[in-house]
Amino acid sequence: MTLIAARGLTVRHGGQTVLAGVDFAIAKGEIVTVVGPNGSGKSTLLKALIGLEKAAEGQVTRAPGLRIGYVPQRLHLDPRLPMTVRRFLSLPARASDADAAAALTRVGVPGLEARAMSALSGGQFQRVLLARALLARPEILILDEPTQGLDQPGVAAFYRLIEEVRGETGVAVLMVSHDLHVVMSATDRVVCLNGHVCCEGTPRVVSAAPEYRALFGLGTGGALALYRHVHDHDHDHQHDGPAHDHARDHGHAHAHGGDHAHSHHHEGTNA
Amino acid sequence: MPDDFLVRAALAGLGLTLATGPLGAFVVWRRMAFFGDATAHAAILGVALALATDLPFYLGTLAVVLAMGLGVSALTGRGRAADTVLGVLAHSALAFGLIAVSFLPGVRTDLSAYLFGDVLAVTLTDVVWVWAGALAVLALLLWRWQALLTATVDEALAQASGIDPRREGLLLTLALALVVAVAVKIVGALLIAALLIIPAAAARGPARSPEAMAALAVLAGAFSVLGGLWLSLRLDTPAGPSIVAAAAAIFALSLIPRRSG
Repeated sequence: MTLIAARGLTVRHGGQTVLAGVDFAIAKGEIVTVVGPNGSGKSTLLKALIGLEKAAEGQVTRAPGLRIGYVPQRLHLDPRLPMTVRRFLSLPARASDADAAAALTRVGVPGLEARAMSALSGGQFQRVLLARALLARPEILILDEPTQGLDQPGVAAFYRLIEEVRGETGVAVLMVSHDLHVVMSATDRVVCLNGHVCCEGTPRVVSAAPEYRALFGLGTGGALALYRHVHDHDHDHQHDGPAHDHARDHGHAHAHGGDHAHSHHHEGTNA
Repeated sequence: MPDDFLVRAALAGLGLTLATGPLGAFVVWRRMAFFGDATAHAAILGVALALATDLPFYLGTLAVVLAMGLGVSALTGRGRAADTVLGVLAHSALAFGLIAVSFLPGVRTDLSAYLFGDVLAVTLTDVVWVWAGALAVLALLLWRWQALLTATVDEALAQASGIDPRREGLLLTLALALVVAVAVKIVGALLIAALLIIPAAAARGPARSPEAMAALAVLAGAFSVLGGLWLSLRLDTPAGPSIVAAAAAIFALSLIPRRSG
C-alpha cells in the first residue's frame, strides 16, 4: 500500500526550479533514504510530500487520513517562547502524562518532562523531537536530516533507535541524510536526488551507480566536499540546455538496467 | 467613588488587555512587531475613511486595517526579509491617513486623539465595542491555541499534523486587525504595537510555559492600564502614552530578578 506518492513533481522557488519531474513513492513499512548534495532539493521534496510546498507541475497524493510523524531538520525555538519538554510533546494534540513519559522513555531520554527545550543537548533535543512525532502514532515517520549536529556515536545511536522503532511498530520511514555510510546499512531503498532523481534502488545498487559516484565519490569527507562543489558547477550548466535531459535519461537508463530492486521501485511509483 | 469617565476608561483598557496579552505573546514569538506597527498605522487611514463616509467608526477602521494586514502578509510571507516593505507601507499608510484626515472639516483638532488615544473620552458605546472586539479575539485565540502554537513553533511540523500554517497566520492577522480597530481610541495608532509587545516581553522572564506567558502578559497589561490612568490623572499627562510608559516601567522591573538571580 502506497502511503505517499509524487508523480512528475516540479517545485519552483520564484523563477528557480528546485525539483524537476520527480517520481517518488513510499509503501507501508519501508525505510527510504534520500541523499544528495546541498541544494539538491531534499528538504523541498519532503516539504512537498507533506503539502507545505506547492507543486508547480505534477502531483502529490497521500493516503487518506495518513498520520505523519515529522522531525524537522532544525527547530528554531524563539528564545522568547518558553517551552518545556512536556508542553512540547502536547503539540498539537494533547498527550497524557503517561503517554508522554512512555514516549520519552522509548527514545531513551526518560524524565526530561520539566526541562526547558532550550536547556537540552543536541542529542536530547533530537530524541524529544522524535518522541513528539511518535506520540501521533504515525504510519510514516518523515525525518529531515535528523542527526545534524550530533557526534558520530550519537548519529549511530539515533539510527539504531529509528530501526528499533520501525521493528516494533512497522512504521514507514522516509529520511533525508548526509550520513551516507550509516544510512546505507539501515535503509531498504535509497533515492539519490539532485534536482531530479539521479538514481534509485537498494543501497548496494545505488552506491555502485555512476551517478551516485559522480555526486559523492568514494573517499573521505574532504573529497566529498570537493566532488560536491565540482558537480554543482557542472549541474548549473546542464540545467540550461539539453545536457540536462541527457543526464536524466542516463539516470533512467541505469535504473532500468538495475537488478530486482528496481522493479520494486517501479511497482512503488506506479501504485 | 471615582468619576464615571475614569471607570469607563479603566473598563475599556482592561477589556483591551484581555486580547493584547495573548495576541502580544504571538506577536513577540513570531517577530511580528513591525507588522503590528504597519497595520496600526493604517488605522489612521481607516479613521479618515470612516469619518468621510459616515461608516460606523469601528467598521471603517477595521476594514482598512484588515486590508492592510492581508496586503502586508501577502507581500511578505512570514516576516522574513520584510523590513523594507513593512517600513514603506507602515509610514505611507500613516502619511496618507494624516493627509486624508486633514481634508475632513472639523476633524483636525481631534487628530491627536487618534494618534495618541483619548481613553478618558471613551463612551459607554466604546466600552462595549472594545469588550466585544477583545472577547472575540480572545475566543479566536483560545479556539485555535494549539494549532497557532504549533504553527509558530515550526511550519512544517504543523503542516505534517494537518494544520495549515498559512491559515493560522491569516487568523492572527485578523485578530491583530480587530485589536487595532478597537484600540485606536484608547492608546492611539502610534502606540498600539507597544501595548502588544511590552507586556508580553515583561511576561517572558517569569513564564515557564506559553500559556503562563500569555496570562502574565494580560496581568502586566492590566497593571499598565491602571498605572497609566493613575499617572495621567495625577500629572495631567496624555493617557495613551502614560499607559505605555507604565508598561515600560513594568518591563524594566521584570528584568531585575533575573539579573540578581
